[in-house]
Order: sequence, then structure tokens, then C-alpha cells
Amino acid sequence: MNIAETFEQFATAVADTVFFSVDIAGASLPLIVVWLVIAGTFFTIWLGFMQVRGPKLAVDLVRGKYSNPEDAGEVSHFQALATAVSGTVGLGNIAGVAIAISLGGPGATFWMILAGLLGMATKMAECMLGVKYRNEHADGSVSGGPMYYLRKGLAERGLGGLGSVLAVFFAIFMIGGALGGGNMFQSNQATAQIVEVTGGDDGFFGSNPWIIGVGFAVFAGLVIIGGVKSIARVTEKIVPFMAVFYLVSALVVILWNVSSLGTAIGQIFSGAFTPEGVAGGAIGALIVGFQRAAFSNEAGLGSASVAHSAVKTKEPATEGFVAMLEPFIDTVVICTMTALTIIITGTYTNPDASELGGVALTSDSFETVIPWFPNVLAIAVVLFAFSTMISWAYYGMKATGYLFGDNLAAEQGFKVVFLLATILGSVVALDPVIALSDSMIFLMSIPNVVGLYILAPVIRREIQGYFDRVKSGEVKQVEHAHR
Amino acid sequence: MDTVVVGVDNSDVSTRAVEFAVERAQKNDWKVVLVHVVPWSPYSFTTPSENEHRHRERESEISAAQEQILVPMAAIAEEAGVSHEALVKHGKPSDTMSDIADEVGAVHLIVGRTGDGGLREAVFGSVASRLVQQAKIPVTVVP
Repeated sequence: MNIAETFEQFATAVADTVFFSVDIAGASLPLIVVWLVIAGTFFTIWLGFMQVRGPKLAVDLVRGKYSNPEDAGEVSHFQALATAVSGTVGLGNIAGVAIAISLGGPGATFWMILAGLLGMATKMAECMLGVKYRNEHADGSVSGGPMYYLRKGLAERGLGGLGSVLAVFFAIFMIGGALGGGNMFQSNQATAQIVEVTGGDDGFFGSNPWIIGVGFAVFAGLVIIGGVKSIARVTEKIVPFMAVFYLVSALVVILWNVSSLGTAIGQIFSGAFTPEGVAGGAIGALIVGFQRAAFSNEAGLGSASVAHSAVKTKEPATEGFVAMLEPFIDTVVICTMTALTIIITGTYTNPDASELGGVALTSDSFETVIPWFPNVLAIAVVLFAFSTMISWAYYGMKATGYLFGDNLAAEQGFKVVFLLATILGSVVALDPVIALSDSMIFLMSIPNVVGLYILAPVIRREIQGYFDRVKSGEVKQVEHAHR
Repeated sequence: MDTVVVGVDNSDVSTRAVEFAVERAQKNDWKVVLVHVVPWSPYSFTTPSENEHRHRERESEISAAQEQILVPMAAIAEEAGVSHEALVKHGKPSDTMSDIADEVGAVHLIVGRTGDGGLREAVFGSVASRLVQQAKIPVTVVP
């Protein structure tokens, strides 16, 4: 039995456990997805629909209207958000959406958007806590994220033992998520796209995909082990441009088919409620929609909390408001554009759409209007995948550091395993990679969301309290002569 | 006593600007505020590990600017017996300098024509030319 087969068996076994499902109206509903939807709904109500009341404040915070001028040179709200977004915006936005629509039909888009809107509340809660309970070291560097708020936050509420246990489980799952969804899935889909544009399965890379995997591992290794900052910096700078370029291209495809736009939007709504066409009908659409949205925007998983916690602020709630924009950008804007492109060009109706899966389907949709787009998409996919990998390598390293008391040998060990997983991801088939990466990433939500419920009073006090002080004028905008 | 702001960096032109300012400060009984701005934007893109260590990095940028730029520049004013103050800030150099001029109630801004920006200045224009266009008080550009 070769390594790919062993991996497939392992992945399937893990996924079956994590995605334990119940049958509803002929479709199987994984309980873990219900778990995240309930969390999003709960915090939406608990925080009084902050998604509706808070966006203006969030945008003002990002624009520095509340930043103390004395903090110039420290990590700004914009930088914390941009770093978190570049870790979040990845193949989930390109491949994940295509998978959702090929399995759930156009209606899946509606549920994805709804899940994105609910996710804003969860994301707000977890990122506020990440800042509130972060560790500030003597040299001013910071470590934050669910490990810290689970341990310190729960201890404050007299649940120190439970908090420490949850923190350890979270850290273990985050390492798994970093290796799976944050790494293997990215390397797998980026490899698929490179193979596609270089002659398909019969091309040179098609028969030797591991070469691409090794290439990724070398570049990632230069950054995470070699500390070559220039590669990371270049990636961080190109990715936002690539994202804008991707959105503009999607817009071109949509405008090209503008006469079908009404029909496409109609299909999104009708598919969301009427059970026809796809397996599981409306419920099927809902399930894949929610599942892919959660995988894409990571709300409730706790990962982004690590990136957001580096911001310089005295008010943890400010980063909560800023973080709320993340699922909006990721799911409500970028995923919806991908979805519209796929629906409007009709490529998802291709009989082997679900077999095509992932990036290839998105690529075909763009190709109908912009023939050379698959090449550009390949570059975009490689960059998105790479920046997501760098972010997740960091998350995994912080989790390893948490478990082993910042032991350097352990962190180096994690990095080596991470790079090996990058190579493995490039050679195995899509299904087992998705199964394993989904499982590991979704497992993070169990300790994280339990912690969020226990800390719910703190979350409301901080966020509502800050919001009230802004409304009453107690917290004022800072005068900037040049902003 | 009037206050003048002098923008300084790691260039010879900047040294000449300080000498120019100090000479006139002696005669006119000015106070000289030496300002060095570390180029920084809240809207740049950074990696997670850069963010983690940003605070320490900022501290070291400030102390490097103090030692390598402000201490030698302040020595020129000290020697001439001119009342002076030295500041390091992060931000966009031209904007930050005019903000500080506002804050300290300066009546005059003095800068070198070219700074140590190299290529960036060649492409995006120098701090001096921006100040000439934007400042609310007279600007002297020293060649």
C-alpha cells in the first residue's frame, strides 16, 4: 500500500468522526456545522446585531480615526486586519465556492452569504478576546489567541482547570488545522491549477506533481526556517493586488453576461429554498453553503484571533469591531463574486462539474470570457495559497510554542513537519485532503466556541461598553491634520 | 523666542540645513526643534511575525535615529549655544513635519533639498517639495 492510500484511509476515518451527521429530509447534516451556525446566531443576538450597528465604527477604526498619534509606528488596526485577511483569503474563496456550488447548486451561495453575516459576530467575539487576554512579553512582543483567552479568561471565571484543558486541545487542533487546511489543501489546489495550465495530467507536472510540492516547500522553508523576510514581504504586498485583480476579473465576467445577472441572482434565491436539482435539495444547499463559508472565513475557529491580537490598542473591543469586517470581505464580497461568476457562466451545470471540483471549475468559468485567465488564476492561486501557508505556519508555530513553553526545538520540529505536509499535499487526491483539512480546522471550533459561551458576559460588557462610550461621546475621534 | 523646525536625516544636505538654521538661530534668538521622521504608514502590509515583534522593532528604530542622527545634529546646536529640542516620530515625513510645526507653534520650517530616501525620492518626489506645496508656514529649502 503506498503512502497516498494510507493517507486516504486515515483522512476518511478522521472525517467520519468529526463530521458525524444526522439525516434531515434526505440530506446529511454534520453536527459541527450546526455548532458554528448556532454560535453565529447566538452572538448576533447576544451582541444586538452589531453587524448592522457597527460597520461604520469598524471602518473609522481601520482608517485610524480613533488611533492615538503617540502610537504611530506600532501595529495599526489596518495592518492587523490585512494580515488576518491574507491568512483567511485563500483557496476557500476560489476552490471552496466552486465545490459548494457543484454540490449544492446556486442556492448554496445564499447560505454562504448568510453564514458570512452570522460569522461576523463570532469573529468579533473571538478577536476581542484575543486582544484582551494576550500575553505581553517584556520586550513588548505579544502572543494572543484562543489558547490564552481559554486559559486566562476561564480562570477568571473560576474554571481554570477546564480552561487549561480546552487551551491544550485548541493548540493541538490548530497544529492539525495548520498542517491540513492551512497547508495541504492549499498546496494540493495550487498544484492542481499549475498542472492544469501546463498541459494537464499528461504534461510534465501532471506526471510529477511532487516537483511543485517540493518547490512550495523550498520557498516556504526559506521564509519560516531561513527567516528570509523579503519573500514573505513580497507575497504580502502582491496578494492584495492579486485579490483586487481577481475581483475586477470576476466583475468583467459578470458584466459580460450582464443579461443573465437577474436569472443568476434568481437562481441563488430559488435554489436556497426550493428543493430541486441537487442532492439534498434546499437542505443540501444550506449544508454545503454553511460548511464552505465556515472553512473560508474561519469564524468560530479562533485562528484569526492569533493574527488580530498583535494590534496596538488599549481597548480590546476596537479590534473586535475591525475583525468583524473580515468575514464580510472574505465571504460576503469575495466568495459571492466567485459564486456569481460560476453561476452566470453556467459551468456548474457541466455534467462532470463535481468531478472537476475546486479551482478547475472556477478557472473554466473565467475562461469562457477571458481565455488567458487560467494562467493568471494559476498565479493568483499560487500566491493566495502561499500567503495562507505562511500565516498558518505562524499559527501552528504559536500553538506549538504554547504547548512546549516556547521550546525552540519543538518549534523547529513543527516547521519541518509542516514542510513535509506541503509536499504530501501536492501528490494526494483532492477528496482525502479536503476531508482531513476540514476535520482538523473544524475541530478547533469545539474548544474555542465552548470558551466563547463561557466568556459571553465579558464579550458583551467589552463590546457593548465600548460602543456605548463611542455613542455617548466619551470616546472621541482623534484630530489628525493629515488623514 | 520664535521656534523653527528643522527636518533631519542621515544625509550631508541635512547637516547643512541644521548649520544654516543654527547660524540664524544665534542671530535671531530662535529655538530650534530638530525632527527626524521614520517613514511608516499605518496602511502597509506586514506578516504576522513582523506584527508580533513590531513594538521592539519600533523601539530600536527610535534609538537608532537618536544615536545616529539626532545626537550629532543636536551637537551642532549645542556647540553654537542655541536652545534646541530633538524629536523622533513615525509617519509620512512631510505630513508629520507639518503636524509637529503646528504643535510646537513654529514660524518657519527648514529642510535639506534631498534626503536619504534615494530611489523612493526619485520616484515619488522629495519631502522638501511636498513641504513647499503643503506647509502653512514659510519653508526654506537648503541645497
